[in-house]
Amino acid sequence: MTGKKRQILIFLFFAAAVLLVPLFFKGNYLLNVFVFVGINTILAIGLNLLLGYAGQISLGHAAFFGLGAYISGIITTRFPLDPWLVIVLAAVCAGALAFVIGFPILKLKGHYLAMATLGFGIIMYIIFNETVGLTGGPSGLSGIPNLHIGSLIFDNDLNNYYLVWLFTLVVMLLSINLSQSRIGRALRAINDSEMAARVMGVNARILKVQIFTVSAVISAIAGSLYAHIMTFISPASFGFNFSIELLTMVVIGGLGSIYGSFLGAAILTMLPEFLRVFQDFDIIIYGLMLILMTMFMPGGLISGIQKIAEFTAAKIKGMTSNNAQT
Amino acid sequence: MDSSRQLFQYILSGLSNGAIYALIGFGFAIIYNSTGIINFAQGEFVMLGGMLTVFFLTVLHLPLIPAIVLAILISTIVGISFERLAIRPLKNAKPLSLIIITIGASIFIRGAAMLIWGKDTHAMPAFSGNDPLYLAGATILPQHLWIFAVTILIIIASRIFFNYSIIGKAMRACSYNSQAASLVGINVKNMVLLSFAISSAIGSMAGIIIAPLTMTSYDVGIMLGLKGFCAVIIGGMSSGLGTVLGGLLLGLLESLGAGFISASYKDAIAFIILLLILFVRPEGLFGKKESERF
Repeated sequence: MTGKKRQILIFLFFAAAVLLVPLFFKGNYLLNVFVFVGINTILAIGLNLLLGYAGQISLGHAAFFGLGAYISGIITTRFPLDPWLVIVLAAVCAGALAFVIGFPILKLKGHYLAMATLGFGIIMYIIFNETVGLTGGPSGLSGIPNLHIGSLIFDNDLNNYYLVWLFTLVVMLLSINLSQSRIGRALRAINDSEMAARVMGVNARILKVQIFTVSAVISAIAGSLYAHIMTFISPASFGFNFSIELLTMVVIGGLGSIYGSFLGAAILTMLPEFLRVFQDFDIIIYGLMLILMTMFMPGGLISGIQKIAEFTAAKIKGMTSNNAQT
Repeated sequence: MDSSRQLFQYILSGLSNGAIYALIGFGFAIIYNSTGIINFAQGEFVMLGGMLTVFFLTVLHLPLIPAIVLAILISTIVGISFERLAIRPLKNAKPLSLIIITIGASIFIRGAAMLIWGKDTHAMPAFSGNDPLYLAGATILPQHLWIFAVTILIIIASRIFFNYSIIGKAMRACSYNSQAASLVGINVKNMVLLSFAISSAIGSMAGIIIAPLTMTSYDVGIMLGLKGFCAVIIGGMSSGLGTVLGGLLLGLLESLGAGFISASYKDAIAFIILLLILFVRPEGLFGKKESERF
């Protein structure tokens, strides 16, 4: 089987599994958790395009998530505009902002880029908090309408599940496609060595800004969906800690792996649901996960599992061939 | 008359905050110059300094000086263990991995502090009372004087250490070229360890002297650490005196901005300055140009 066919098969299998899940969890509160797994998967993939493919860190991605959520929330609570149209508007706004700040920010590298994106995230967080007239400030913005298509209103877990996962699957498909394309290869070249990529004729500067913009647009769409599903948003969901949580998802799942981002998002979203004790320990566990994964499994869980599987397979093979000799 | 007094008050509090930012920034620069790492966990040592001192004072009822010494000692041990356990095993790591590791360490230390001491804000008594002194119509707390004195002392001491002691010179050699330094017999690994030790000690000292003014809690490290980073970016990583000036400038702008423009955007001012400097002059206002930053 060729690599491409295999990839399509894996994706179809994944999509089928996703669509069938609600059959087993009808009326279960876990379906609600899965809705947020979907939103976080979109966000993690958005960040992964930047971090895993192009090798450019962002510690302020929660800002774009927040921007999407607030633009959708503020406009739909004030004006009788079609929420779907506002989602597009929010995505365009976030993309435009990312494009404009992308040029000066992505000129920076490594630690400096990390600090600059962090600073951007904190400035946005302060704006969400302080423009009380628009955002409602720290007490939040409520009364955001649910999305609907005709008479189909997305106000219960089952509908929301299909709504979010439809978006998630589309984002996954586009991202997998992107990684196989010319642009995806150019991004990986930038990740390995920007200098070498430039020498080979890759316009690294523009490309980095473009992928930053795509990443911001994806995050803003997730933000709009989040706002319409929750019907209430407050700045606390879009702060520095959430940027770090997103980073943890991407690192745990594996840099550059789309299914890894899903795995990371699923683990970090579901762990607190299963472990009540996790509530107080979550921050410590995130910290430990980041350190240990970077030290011992830099490729993330997906490639780690693959490596362990290959290793044990080789071991077993070695043992059986040894037995055959004796 | 009244507004000039107010201005003087803003300048005074700005300078004392600025001194703290300068100290924290100093810690960033020491590690950066010996390893090329920006230690995102720097702010947590500031938090540890304050929280440990409060813990020794109020729970163990130690006198002030032993409490401070113990707090600095423990923060330094945490800094050393961090280098040994998480930084040294990673040889030739990409900057991305180092960033993620120091962020991981930062939230780990913060989380541990939250579990041990809870989420409450703790007050720390001032070193020598709270009776304000009057200076040209503005009030100044004894603690402000402590902050200025300790900052000046640490800066003079580190200047002497880095310029005149053999170990200090060896550390500077590593920052210029670690390979060449190891060729002339300097143990680069030990110098890196030492830079983490010194930087966490200075950070915790900064946390201790500011705690009586601002109170302390498990999460003060994020903001203070970032402001310290702003200071060092304004001043430039390569310039020790620049870091001090950068810190004072940041403190002043912040305090004047909060006083005359808007108090609620006080924190935003520091980050807007940070972004502007990074965009326009990433080597800092007082630093020498280095191609590495780009």
